[in-house]
Amino acid sequence: MQCATFMTGENGKGFAGRMAGAATGLPTRPHRDTFMSTNPHRIPSTVAKEDEHLLVAAAKGGDLSAFNELVSRYERKIFRLTMNITRNREDAEDAMQDAFLKSYSHLKDFAGDSRFYTWLVRIAANEALMRLRKRRPNQFSLDEPIPGENEELIPRDIEDWGPSPEQRYGQTEMHEILSTAIDELEPGFRTVFVLRDVEGLSTEETAKIVGISVAAVKSRLLRGRLRLREKLDRYFRRGGLH
Amino acid sequence: MNCNGVRREISNYIDGDIDATVRLDFELHLQGCRHCTVVVDQVKKTVELFCDAEPVDLPNDVRSRLYEALEIKLRSL
Repeated sequence: MQCATFMTGENGKGFAGRMAGAATGLPTRPHRDTFMSTNPHRIPSTVAKEDEHLLVAAAKGGDLSAFNELVSRYERKIFRLTMNITRNREDAEDAMQDAFLKSYSHLKDFAGDSRFYTWLVRIAANEALMRLRKRRPNQFSLDEPIPGENEELIPRDIEDWGPSPEQRYGQTEMHEILSTAIDELEPGFRTVFVLRDVEGLSTEETAKIVGISVAAVKSRLLRGRLRLREKLDRYFRRGGLH
Repeated sequence: MNCNGVRREISNYIDGDIDATVRLDFELHLQGCRHCTVVVDQVKKTVELFCDAEPVDLPNDVRSRLYEALEIKLRSL
């Protein structure tokens, strides 16, 4: 299972919006008006995919409005990623800013053999991890074994979650539940979970970014998933927290 | 395969990164163990919920600072 729903156009606010109509002549948010009637933040993934290489090519040529369209498209997802890794708003903001700045200055190195977003995620994850290590150098090391990493997690008290959790909670409430659960996860488990399951990176890519072995990624992903299940269980089991 | 074996293989199973024979053992155990079936379903659901969650809008102050920084630094390159 891998998250494959990340290729969305993002919102239309900000720098790119202010610079609309500038040099590129590229389509910006095609069909947006019709799509906004159901969801203001998503455009069909095929549209995002189709023009992304044009935007990247234009940005490589120095077209700032094209680059800003890319920023506008991915700002929310990149901020979510840096927040998920650092769990500190100031660090997350700095990491996001530096990730976009670095991606622009290194755009010539982007070979186009992966999606621009995937490349951007690698840069942003590195920026976030750097800040996480800096802020808490004595609390943990991402590349060392985590206490409990090799313990078996055997849930003893299992109860069915009943009706679909999405039907029982509103979007805002669900967001808070997920945010609390991931916040409580140990950074070593959290980082691997975020890169693999939220961002959809491969095990090998995740290992490379975090600086641990593929086996350690798999082990931490398993523990991270099991621990998150336990945390969500508090809310989703019948008669759980409300 | 016993319950502990299932726990160890849950991730590989839901990622489809599992040998055919291990998968068979895994599924055979699930057929007779409601406990493990529920755990596997809930782990799958957990991944799905995080996967499907839409990121929230950037706070206005964060967005303003991002575009100000880009405007200043990118134009100076």
